[in-house]
Parts: sequence; C-alpha cells; structure tokens
Amino acid sequence: MDRPKIVEYNMPECVEDYPLGAFCAGHLVRGNAGWRVFRPVIDHDKCINCLRCFLVCPDGVIDKSGEQLEIDYDFCKGCGICAFECKVGAIRMVKEGDQADER
Amino acid sequence: MNGKKLFVSGDEAVAEAVRLTKPKVISAYPITPQTVAVERISDFVEDGSLKAEYLHVESEHSAMSAAMGAASVGARTFTATSSQGLLYMAEVLPYVSGARFPIVMMNANRTLATPWALLSDHRDSLSQLDSGWIQVYCENAQETLDMIIQAYRIAEDPKVMTPMMVNLDGFILTHTYELVELPGQAEVDDFLPPYSTENRMDLDNPKTVCYAAMNDYMEFHMKQEFDMRKAPGVIEDVDRLFGDRFGRYYDGMVEQYRCEDAEVVLLTLGSVTGTTRAVVDAMRGEGYKVGLVKMRYLRPFPREEVLKIAASVKAMGILDKDMSVGYEGIVFTNVNSTISDLDNPPKRINFIGGLGGRNISKENIRGMFRELLELAEGQEKEKIQFINVRCNYHG
Repeated sequence: MDRPKIVEYNMPECVEDYPLGAFCAGHLVRGNAGWRVFRPVIDHDKCINCLRCFLVCPDGVIDKSGEQLEIDYDFCKGCGICAFECKVGAIRMVKEGDQADER
Repeated sequence: MNGKKLFVSGDEAVAEAVRLTKPKVISAYPITPQTVAVERISDFVEDGSLKAEYLHVESEHSAMSAAMGAASVGARTFTATSSQGLLYMAEVLPYVSGARFPIVMMNANRTLATPWALLSDHRDSLSQLDSGWIQVYCENAQETLDMIIQAYRIAEDPKVMTPMMVNLDGFILTHTYELVELPGQAEVDDFLPPYSTENRMDLDNPKTVCYAAMNDYMEFHMKQEFDMRKAPGVIEDVDRLFGDRFGRYYDGMVEQYRCEDAEVVLLTLGSVTGTTRAVVDAMRGEGYKVGLVKMRYLRPFPREEVLKIAASVKAMGILDKDMSVGYEGIVFTNVNSTISDLDNPPKRINFIGGLGGRNISKENIRGMFRELLELAEGQEKEKIQFINVRCNYHG
C-alpha cells in the first residue's frame, strides 16, 4: 500500500528548529497513533471480495491492490466499522495482544 | 517615478493599493465603514484590472476562513473588515497567525456595541492585540495606501511569516477625500515580488497544514513569538526600502515628531496624530517644549523606541481611543509595562477620549499638553482623565 511509513520522531534540539507552518505529510511517529484496542482480522476463506469494507473504512487503510484484501495496521485505528458492515462475517475484532487464530 | 495623483477616499486608496499588490484571492463581507473598499476591489476584479478570485462570503467568520483556505494553497490573500466584523472573525485570527499565513487585512477602526455606534475609536483592533497579528495604525489615506503595499512585504518575509492588520480610522480616513500619490505598477511589482512559500498544500509534495500538536504546542507558539521579535527589524528595513523607492518614509515602528529636546510628549495612534502634529507646531511656536510620538505599530510593540523616549522626557501622555473597562486605556497598559524597566520613569497621564467617535479637537490636545507640562513641573494630576465629556462626572 502506497502510504507513508512510520518515521522516527527526532525531537527538535531547539525551538527555532520546529517547522514553520506546514509539516511533512504523513509524519506518523507511532503505529496507529496508539489508538487501537481491537484490531480487525480478515478471514480470507470467508471473504467474497465485495469491497464493502474498503468503501466504508474511514481511514482508508484497506488495500485492494493485491490478490486479497490487506489492512494497513500502521494506520488502522481499530474502529470496527469494517467488521460491523461485513455481510459474510469475514472480519473479526481481536483484542490487541491476543492471537488472531484464537477461537 | 511614474506615480500619478488621485483624489480619493481612504477606502478607495486601500482598494487602489490592493490592486497594485495583486492578491490572487479576496474574500470579504461588507461592513460600514469598510464597504467602499471591498466594493471598489470587486469592481477591479469585474473589469479585469485585478486578476483575482473574489469570494462574496456570508459573514466575516467565513471571510477570514476562506482567506485562510486560499493562503493554505500559497495564494496571496486580502480581506477587510471593521468593528463587530473583526470580532466575528476573532476565532479565526489566531488560527491564521499560528498557521503562519501572511494574510493582509484592512481594518476600518470603528467602535463596538453596546451602545450601538458607527464612528471611529480603537476598541475593535485593540481587543485583538493578543491574536498573533502584526498591527499598524495609519494617520492618513496616503500612509494607508503605502502600508498595504509594505504589509505584504513584511508579512511574507520568511523571517516573519505573520499576518498583518492595517488599521485606519473609520469615516475620519475611510470617508474623507485626500490627494494621494499612486505608485506605478512596475515599481510595485519590483518592490513586491509574487508570493511563494513552502508553507502550503501541494499535491506534488504533500504536507500537513494546521496540524494538531498536543505535545509541542508550547514550542510552536514560542517559535511564533521569536519570529514576531524579528519583525521590528524587517519593518525598519521595509520602511527604508519603500522610502528609497517611493520617496515616503514613515520611520518604522514609531515616528517621533519634534521630540529632540521635548520635556513632555503625547503618544497617539491613527488619525488624531495629524491634529496633534498641528498643535505641537503651534505650541512650539509659543516656546513650549512639547513633542509627538506616533505609535505606528502596537504588535510587535515598539519596546526599544518607547524606552528611549521615556528616558528622555519629564512627562508622557498616552492618548487612548479605547478603554479596557475595569482597568485603563490599553495603550497605556502596554506603555507602562515597557517603561517599568526604567529606574526613573517619567510621570504619566492616560487620556481617554474619542470613544464612539467623540471628537478630539486641537483645544482638547492643547489641554492635554497643559496638563502634562504642569505634571512635569510637579503638580499633582489625575492619572486617568476623560477628554471632551459632555457633562460632569464623579467617577
């Protein structure tokens, strides 16, 4: 997925080094900005590739360019809309830290 | 110089200056006494003599918001307002200054309701001193015209990158006619090159503008302050370059008029400076050592200049056409804060006058100088004095 990668944040050494106005885009310094509690996991056996999740994702983190849908977990905030909207139950919300394959 | 002379109102002088500075976007909502300025600019866009987008918005809040949107893609942008309109914009003012968009705005100084009134005092702009904008106050239409041109050069300076409010007194300047010299377009183009900045949205080089900075807010704000501290140097340079080019110098942050050996001085803002100039000339002719200090900029505050003047006189009068209800005149507070650094500051009187457009006559100003001369001789005086009041008061 063509998204900016996490960039290590280097604290400016002095106030004058702070950017003036605009700042470089997608300056993500921490994966998913530390927001996510549950992460969506796609069961590709169940997924029928209807792209409903792709359409509803508010962060646009579902990538449809490959063989199967993939989620960019650096930007996914874990809101769960994709899992709620999925008509075939192919997306489960898994608590961060738990294994995806736990039933 | 291919400048030509025009007999125009202050509002029209602003419009002429805006045309010369070639903004790409103008967004404005009409309000008395600024209306003629934005109407003329609208005419210029209509007749093609100013190639710009003109946005007729539905409020001042939208005027400043739209100006900010245009500035965020790197466009030179102009807007204008007055009084209640400025206050309606107030939410967006720190938004613009914090995002470092060098928008130039004309403000026709007009009092604030209630009671409702239309005439000029400085309560509107002085209530926004803390908004992070540069504020300059003009004495006449010519200075206003010249300051619109200078304002872009100052605001867009990479060291400054701060929006600027050009203030002129409503009606007294906006609606009176004056012979002004209009600089030639080629010379203005040379003095003020097209605006270009890295601080903008750009599809080829995506950036975040107006970001959240929860953890670094303080440092960003400090940078804003440090850059504002560089503005006086830029203001002085631009004033000199402008003078060299167009023949009119305004002495940068503060103009001192006949202050060389003055024992007492009066500090003024805006159009009342012209009246005070005449009184100083008359009283000098009578042998009184009086001088005039024209406070041109209020932000950044002319700290060094005020300190130097204060150290050389026996008494200072600060004429405020405003009042921070519950304390004193706003300019007075600012001057006091600066001169508290002196071991022996001069004695001071805060003259509060002109509220709601009440006239300040030559005789009123002469009276202020008399009070200051007596104060300098050691007489006790009221610290805050109201000028030209219609009846007695007991305070």
